[in-house]
Amino acid sequence: MTASGLTVGAETTAPPAARRRRLGASGYLLITLGALAVVSLVRLLTGAEDLTSGGTVGAALTAAAPIAMAGLGGLWAERAGVVNIGLEGMMVLGTWGAGFAGYQWGPWAGMVFGLLLGALGGLLHAVATVTFGVDHIISGVAINLLAPGTALFLSKLYFSTAPGGGQKQSPPVTDAPHVSVPGVSSLLQDVERRHWFLVSDVAGVLRGLTVHVSLLSIIAALLLVATLYVLWRTPFGLRLRSCGEAPVAAESLGVNVYKYKYYGVIGSGAFAGLGGAILAISSSQFRDGQTGGRGFIGLAAMIFGNWRPGGLALGAGLFGYTDAMQLRGSDGVHALLLLLAIALLALAVVQFLARRVPIAVVAAVLGVAFGWWFFASDELPPELVGAAPYVVTLLVLALAAQRLRMPKADGRIYRRGEGG
Amino acid sequence: MSTDDPPRANAANAAAEPQNAVELTGITKRFPGVIANADVNIAVRSGTVHALVGENGAGKSTLMKILYGMQRPDEGTIKVDGAAVEFHSPADAIRAGIGMVHQHFMLADNLTVLENVVLGSEPRTGARLDFKMARRKIQEISSSYGLGVEPDRLVDHLGVGERQRVEILKVLYRGARILILDEPTAVLVPQEVDELFGNLRELKAEGLTILFISHKLDEVLSVADDITVMRRGTTVASVRPGEVTARKLAELMVGSALPVPELRESTVTDEPVLEVSGLTVTSPDGRTVLDDLSFTIHAGEVLGVAGVEGNGQAELVEALMGIRPPAAGTVRLRGENITRLSTRRRREAGMAYIPEDRHRQGVLLEASLWENRILGHQTRPPSVRGPLLDRRGAKADTQRIVDEYDVRTPSIEVAATALSGGNQQKFIVGREMSGRPVVLIASHPTRGVDVGAQAAIWDQIRRARAEHLAVLMISADLDELVGMSDSLVVILRGRLVSSFDPKTVTLQDLGSAMTGAAPPTTEVA
Amino acid sequence: MGRLTPRAVLLGIAAPLGALVFAALVCAVILVVTGHSPADTVQAMITSGKRPRTFVNSINSATNYYLSAVAVAIGFRMNLFNIGVDGQYRLAALLAAGFAGATFMDSLPGPLRIVLTIAVAMLVGAAWAGVAAILKVARGVSEVISTIMLNAIATYLGQYLLLKLAVPVAGSNNIGTRPITAGGQVPGFAYPGSTSKVYGLVVLAVLVGLVYWFVLSRTRFGFDIRATGMSESAAVASGVSVRRMVLYAMLFSGAIAGLVGMPQLLGSAHSYSLDFPAGLGFIGIAVALLGRNHAAGMALAALLWGVLDNSANSLDVAGVPKEIVAIMQGVIVLSVVIAYELVRRYRVRVEQREVGRALGTTRVPAEVAA
Repeated sequence: MTASGLTVGAETTAPPAARRRRLGASGYLLITLGALAVVSLVRLLTGAEDLTSGGTVGAALTAAAPIAMAGLGGLWAERAGVVNIGLEGMMVLGTWGAGFAGYQWGPWAGMVFGLLLGALGGLLHAVATVTFGVDHIISGVAINLLAPGTALFLSKLYFSTAPGGGQKQSPPVTDAPHVSVPGVSSLLQDVERRHWFLVSDVAGVLRGLTVHVSLLSIIAALLLVATLYVLWRTPFGLRLRSCGEAPVAAESLGVNVYKYKYYGVIGSGAFAGLGGAILAISSSQFRDGQTGGRGFIGLAAMIFGNWRPGGLALGAGLFGYTDAMQLRGSDGVHALLLLLAIALLALAVVQFLARRVPIAVVAAVLGVAFGWWFFASDELPPELVGAAPYVVTLLVLALAAQRLRMPKADGRIYRRGEGG
Repeated sequence: MSTDDPPRANAANAAAEPQNAVELTGITKRFPGVIANADVNIAVRSGTVHALVGENGAGKSTLMKILYGMQRPDEGTIKVDGAAVEFHSPADAIRAGIGMVHQHFMLADNLTVLENVVLGSEPRTGARLDFKMARRKIQEISSSYGLGVEPDRLVDHLGVGERQRVEILKVLYRGARILILDEPTAVLVPQEVDELFGNLRELKAEGLTILFISHKLDEVLSVADDITVMRRGTTVASVRPGEVTARKLAELMVGSALPVPELRESTVTDEPVLEVSGLTVTSPDGRTVLDDLSFTIHAGEVLGVAGVEGNGQAELVEALMGIRPPAAGTVRLRGENITRLSTRRRREAGMAYIPEDRHRQGVLLEASLWENRILGHQTRPPSVRGPLLDRRGAKADTQRIVDEYDVRTPSIEVAATALSGGNQQKFIVGREMSGRPVVLIASHPTRGVDVGAQAAIWDQIRRARAEHLAVLMISADLDELVGMSDSLVVILRGRLVSSFDPKTVTLQDLGSAMTGAAPPTTEVA
Repeated sequence: MGRLTPRAVLLGIAAPLGALVFAALVCAVILVVTGHSPADTVQAMITSGKRPRTFVNSINSATNYYLSAVAVAIGFRMNLFNIGVDGQYRLAALLAAGFAGATFMDSLPGPLRIVLTIAVAMLVGAAWAGVAAILKVARGVSEVISTIMLNAIATYLGQYLLLKLAVPVAGSNNIGTRPITAGGQVPGFAYPGSTSKVYGLVVLAVLVGLVYWFVLSRTRFGFDIRATGMSESAAVASGVSVRRMVLYAMLFSGAIAGLVGMPQLLGSAHSYSLDFPAGLGFIGIAVALLGRNHAAGMALAALLWGVLDNSANSLDVAGVPKEIVAIMQGVIVLSVVIAYELVRRYRVRVEQREVGRALGTTRVPAEVAA
C-alpha cells in the first residue's frame, strides 16, 4: 500500500517478475504435499503430535474463518483501489450486530445483522474516501476509533439489562450448527493415531476439515470461492478490478469508477462485519474487545495471499493455524520455530536461484537464526506465538516483495476527469 | 470487421468524387487567453494514412480532442463519411466509428490483454463474462489485421510495441473504421516503428482510414499518403509525400522568417566549466534515452539545445543535476568529477537549475515566497546560518530578488501558488542566479511566461553570462534559442546530431535537424 | 505558513470548529434517539469538569496525548504515516520501567536516574520505529503496513517481556515491573482542592512542543522535512536526500513516541503493569489531525481531548454510557478531515479567482494547448 506520498525505496524493488511459469492445479497440489511432508518430518523429529492432529486443524479452521472474512473485506476494497485499514472497526460493528440480533433471533439473524452493520461502516469509509477524497488511511484510523466506542455504547444501553448480558457483553448467542462428513471420522482418527509419516498427517488434516465443521466456516469458504468467481469471471468484477488497477483507463472506456469503488468498499465492510459475526457467534456471545486485532491479521492475510482469494485462504489458514497451536500447548508451538527456519531457508534458495543474492543472504541468515533459536531452547513462550502472523507478513514483504502484485492504483485518491 | 466494399478512390471511377472519411471545415477553438485552433481545414480520404504534422503548440492535440469528442469546437463542422456529426463525448465518436490511440497508453498492467480490450463492452452469457466469445473475436481481429496479439498474456509482460498493438485492437474491437494515432512512434525503437508501419499498411488494405499525428518527418514521409501541416493553430499546407522534400516540410512546420541577429560581443572564454563525456542514460524498461553524449560549455557561453520534446532533454537535465544516475559517462565541473555527487553537493559546487516544470520541481506551492527562496539553497547563506534558518536574511534577499527581477507580488509572505506563472518563473530565475553560480541549467526557462517576463529573464541571463556564467539552455522556442545561444546543438533520439552557429543558422536548417529530415552533421566537440 | 490575514485564520479554524459543532450535533441526536437528554448530559459533564480533580486529570491526560500527537505529527509533516506510535510507546515504557526499577538504579542520584530512564525510553521508541524505517528505505515496504504489524508484534513482545520482568503488585491480580523507588520518580505539582497531582513531566511535554516548533520552523533540517512533505519532487530537485529524511523522521518520531508513557510512569504509576494505558498512539493521530500538526493547535486539541475524556467519567453514574464521548471523538476526527478537504477546495477556488482579479490579466497567452 503506497498510500503515503513518498516514493522512496520503490526503486529498489524490481517490478514483478516476468515470465513466471504459471503453476497449474497439480503444481499447487505437489507443493502442498511437499510442505505437508516437511511438517510431518518435523513432527516425527520433535514428537509434537499436535502439529497435524485433527483437533488442531479443526481449531485452525474455526480460527481462520473470521480472519478470512476480514481479509476478504480488505481484498474487495483494495481491488477497487481503496485501502481499508478500518477493517478492525467494521469487524467490531459486526460482532456487536451479531450479539444484538443473535441472542434474540438466533445465529442467522446475527449473521445478517453483523453483515449490515459492517456494511454501514463500509459506507462511511466510502463516503469519506470516494466522495470527499479523504486520505484512505486517515479515514480507516477514524473508523477504528469510532467503532469500539460505538459498540460499547450500544452494549451498555442494550445488553446491561438483558438476561445473561452485561455492560460489556451480550447475552449468550446460540452457536451455528456443526456438520460432519458421515462415516469417515473414526477411520481417519484411527489412521491419525498410528503416527505414520505423511499418511497420518494427511488423515489428521482431513479429519479436521470434515468432522464437526461449523456451517459458518463452510459459508466462509463458499464466500471465498464466490469472490473468485465474481471478481475474475464477471463483467462486474472486471470493472471493479479495473478501478483498482487503472481508473483512468476504465473511465476512458465508460466505466463509472466512483460507483464501483462504492461497491467495493461497502462490500468490504460487509465482509468484515460478517467476519465479526462469525467470531461472535462461534464464541457464543459478543464481548468488548473480542476482535483482538483480527482485522489487521486479515489485512496481513490479504497481503500474504497476494490480493487473491486463494492465497488469502492460505494465509488465513496459516494464521488460524498458529492461533490454534498457541491455544493447544507448547510442544507444537516450539516446533513452529523449526518450520519457520526451514521455510526461510527454502526462500533463500529460491531467491538465490533468481539471482537476488543480497535478499537470499538475509533470508538465509534469518533462517539459521530461527533454527538456532529452536535448537537452543526447549520451548517457545506462548505469548510470542500470537505475533507469528505479523512477523510472517513482514518477512514476506521484506524478502519476497517482487512476487507481490498489489493493485496498481491502490490507495490513490481518484477524482473524476483527472485523466486525459 | 472486414469490408466487402470495392476499394475506393479508384482513379478510373472519376464520375463521383471519392468520399472523405473525415472532413474538418473551419474548426476554431478558443481557451481563456489563447486560440488553440483557428479555421482548420482538413480532408482525410478514405482508406489512406493521413499524417498531421506540426511542432508542440501547433494545435494538433486540441484538434484531435475535438475529433474524438473530448472537446466541442467553437466554430466549424465535422463530417464523417460525408454526413455532418456533432460529438458530445467520446462515446459519440466511438459510435461514429472513430477510435483514438493515445500517446500515453491507457492499459491496466496487471490485467490480461483480453480483459483490457473488453473492459466496458464485455460480452456476456447471463451474469458471466463470455471469455470464449471475447477470445474468438480478439483473435479474429488480430489475424485479419496481422496484429499478432495473444489474449491471455498479462499486459505487464508486453513490450511497448505490443502494448500499442493492444491499444489498436481495443479501438478495432469497438468497431472503429477511422483510427487516430497520437504520436505513435514516440516511444518505439526503430524495429518497432517498422512493425507498426507494416500494421498500418494492413489496416489500410482492409479499408480503414488512419489519422496519424507526428513531428518526425522522416517517418511521416515513408508511410503517409497525405500530409497536413499545422502551425500556430491553423493548417498551413496540405501536400502529398511525392510533392515535397523533408526540408520543405520542415520549413512549413517552423516557418521561414529569419530572426534579427543580435549584434553583441562574444563573452565566450576558453575556460571549460562543464564537460560532459560519453553520457548514457537508460530508462527502467531498458531503452537508451541518452546515447553517448559529449559536449563542453565554457565560462561566458550559452549552449542552446534544440529538439522536439521527448528526445532525451529531460533525462539530460536530470543526469546533470544528479537526480537520475547515468549508466555510463562522466560529468566534470571546473575539472572536478561530479558524476557521483549528490544533487545537494552539486548545487553547493555552483550548479543552478531552472526546472522545466516549475510547479513540480521549482517551487513549493503552499509555502511563502521567502521560504521558497531557501529551496535549493538550504545549506548556504543568506538562507541559513549554521544549522538554523536565517529568516531575516532570507526575507531580505527575497525582497532583493523581487525588486531586481520585477516579481509582481503583493508581499513576500504570500504563497507561491498565488503568483502568476511568469512571476513565479522570474522569482525562480532570481533565486537560482543568487549565490554566484558557475553553471546554470535552464530547461525551458520562459515556457508559459508572458512576454514581459520573458524579456526580463533573457536580460538577466545575458547579464550573468557577461559575468562568466556558463549556461545550458534547453528550449522548444527556436527564437529564444537562436537569440540567446553562443553555440547551438540539436538533440534527436538521445543523441546530439547537429551543431550550428546561431548567427548564421536558418530556421529551416534547425527544423530539419530537429525532425530528422536532414542528415546529421559532424560530431559536436 | 505565516499568512496571518483574517481570512486565512478564519479558514484555518473553520474546519476544526465546524467538525466540533457537527460532532456535537450528531451526539445530541444519538442521545435523543436512545432516550437520554443532551442537556442533562452536558450538565453532568460540566459539573464533573469543574471539579479540581477532573482539572488535574485533564491536564495529565492532555500531556500524554500531546506527546503522542507530536510524535505522529513529525511523520505527517513529511507525508509519512507513523501508525506505530502505539507499539513504540508501550515497548519503550515497559523497558524503561524495567530499567528504572532495577535494583542497581536505587543508589544512583535522582536526576541521573530520571534522565537515564527517559533516554532508554527514547532509544527503544526510536529503535522500534527504525525497523519500519529500514524496511521502507531498503525494501520499499509501506510504513503504514509495517508499523501496523509492528504494533501487534510489540503487544505480544510486551506481554512476554512483562512476564519476565514482573513482580506481583501487592493486593491485586496485577503484575508489573519492580516499582521505581522514590529517588527515580518525578514529583508532581499539587493543585488546591485535589489529592491528585499534575504530572511533573508536563514540563517535558511543553519542552517537546517548543523543540518541535523550533526545529520544524527554524532549522535547516526542519525545512527539509517540510519541503519533502509539501512536494517530494521539488525537494529532490533542491538537493534533499529523501531516503535520509525518511530515516531521520521515523527515528525522531519513534523517540518522541517513547516519551509518551514517561509522565505517567515517572509521575504516578511508578511501574509498568497490565493496566498501563493503551491506545495512546491512536489518540495521538486524532489529536495531530485536529491540531493540524501545529505545536499550538495540537496542544489545544490535546486539552480538549483530555477534558472530554475525564469529564465523561461521571456519565455512567448519571445513566448515560460514557462512550458517547468516544463516539463524539470518533465523529470529530472523521468530520474534521472531511472539513479540511472541503475548506481546501473552497480556498483553491477563491484564490484562483483572486489571482485573476488582483493582477488584472487573465491567463498568460503563451500557453497554447498543444
